Amino acid sequence: MPTMLIIDKLNKSWPGFALQDISFDVNSGDYFVLLGKSGSGKTALLEIIAGITQADSGRIILNGHNIANQKIQNRNIGMVFQELALFPHMSVKDNLAYSLKNKNIPSAEIHDRVMEIARKFKIFHLLKRKPAKLSGGELQRTALARTLIRVPDILLLDEPLSSLDIELKREVRALLKLINKEGTTIIHVTHHYEEAIILANKIAVLNNGKLIQSGNTKDVFHHPASKFVANFTGVKNYFRSKFSQKEDKQIYIATINNEIEIYTTQKPLANEGFIIIRCEDITISLIQTNSSAVNQFEGSITEISHLPHYYEVTVDIGVQLTISLSEKSVLKLQLTLNKKVWVSFKATAVRII
Amino acid sequence: MLGGLILLFIIGPLIGMFASTSPAELFEASTDKEVQLSIWLTLFTSMGGTLVFSLAAIPFAYLLARKKFAFKWLVSGIIDLPIVIPHTAAGIALLGVISRGTFAGRMASSIGIDFVGHPAGIALAMAFVSIPFLINAARDGFHNIPEKLEKAALNLGASPTRVFFTISLPLAWRNILSGLILMFARGMSEFGAVVIIAYYPMTAPVLIYERFGSYGLNYAQPVAVLFITVSLLFFIFLRSFSKNADHADN
Repeated sequence: MPTMLIIDKLNKSWPGFALQDISFDVNSGDYFVLLGKSGSGKTALLEIIAGITQADSGRIILNGHNIANQKIQNRNIGMVFQELALFPHMSVKDNLAYSLKNKNIPSAEIHDRVMEIARKFKIFHLLKRKPAKLSGGELQRTALARTLIRVPDILLLDEPLSSLDIELKREVRALLKLINKEGTTIIHVTHHYEEAIILANKIAVLNNGKLIQSGNTKDVFHHPASKFVANFTGVKNYFRSKFSQKEDKQIYIATINNEIEIYTTQKPLANEGFIIIRCEDITISLIQTNSSAVNQFEGSITEISHLPHYYEVTVDIGVQLTISLSEKSVLKLQLTLNKKVWVSFKATAVRII
Repeated sequence: MLGGLILLFIIGPLIGMFASTSPAELFEASTDKEVQLSIWLTLFTSMGGTLVFSLAAIPFAYLLARKKFAFKWLVSGIIDLPIVIPHTAAGIALLGVISRGTFAGRMASSIGIDFVGHPAGIALAMAFVSIPFLINAARDGFHNIPEKLEKAALNLGASPTRVFFTISLPLAWRNILSGLILMFARGMSEFGAVVIIAYYPMTAPVLIYERFGSYGLNYAQPVAVLFITVSLLFFIFLRSFSKNADHADN
């Protein structure tokens, strides 16, 4: 995929805070998640890319042109704000048509495009309503449709799922995935690593105004460049799974790659999704044990990493499972590469996100 | 109890004046050509002054609400000056600027307007004392609009001018309308500054003063009652118009 957006040595300072030397690339078609805690500067960075805030120095190259000094209204960058910022005095229809009217597009074409996008985002029946009369999901869909109707080069999303309940989160996530699949390049800002796991093919981690690490999601999660990234991304064992129910109805099965079955007590809300298992919730033994852990797999050790205060051992059970354990345990079990071991974890340790 | 006393303090003298004016006196005042002309002149000059000055006052209020600049506190203080200075003094100050001998007076004269003794001068005096009400109300209205809405409009490709007319102005409209009504009402009731700039033609407050001074209370009261009634009717009409605008928004 060709590079669409290059952020090159961007700097911006405010009293008491600064974005420092930010550089990363986004390819056409990427779903890029910018991960960072509150106050890390991720929304400010998004606003600089959109042109709402002017950077002190650095380049923003969009499709080969430096747009760092271009006026906000002349950048074809769509942004959905965390507060959504729908115009409260306009109907949904007028909100959708707003950007097209700015371009002096003939009214018949505006009408057609509004109808088309309203159908696509399932807000056709809401066209005459004002934003105050919409539900959370409807507001979110309207804000997305309003931004996408003008076909922006890139879509910026500021915490788009933060104010939604679990059910709505799932709905909007599916919509975002669809938008990305249809070719829209997305930069999505969040402080939830789960959103990065589910949506992103690339991520960047921002802390205190500095970009700590960026790259493919798997690389960043599995090879964190610093303790901060390791703590923040938090989880290495996440797998796309299909869900089914066991006969006793208390236990659900998450099937990975159509072969590995993992038991969970958490009720899935969809047929497919992601499961996560924390490294410290998994135990290693040399023989199969008769314990309360219903998930038991045999595998061979593929990697042993010595971290400052503990070890991380990766075991291939059909998928790579990372387990954290103390030096004492590694020595006691005499763990070495390619050694056959058993891993076990309880169904309650398997979380569906 | 205290509230009741305050209400009585406001409404008591008015009721007393209405009660001591007979329908015949009121009818006579309403058919008096001089009274009719003065009321029309008052309404017309206050309305004219409000509308003309609003063209600059509303964008200025927007700047005050949105932009940061040096000595903004001083500018805000200057805007409130007409409220705190005695209005006869305001009239004298204004006369110093617009009388025939001054640069502004000569400029106006060259296009056929002599502010002194002219409805344009009356409108100027009314606007001078009442413009803070419009600027402050409009500034509050603009200030209450979340900036994100304006940023979203810019992000959707609108020019700053289009953002002002399609987002900022409609969303601050209730406050602006309220400010316009207050400015209009305050302008109508102005006496001190107006009497310095133009004793003639007489606005209603000047006529009431003139009738009181020349003929006494009994002659001034019917004119006062008539003027208050017309003012109240106008005020109620404009207020209900602004309420309807609120409902339309919701």
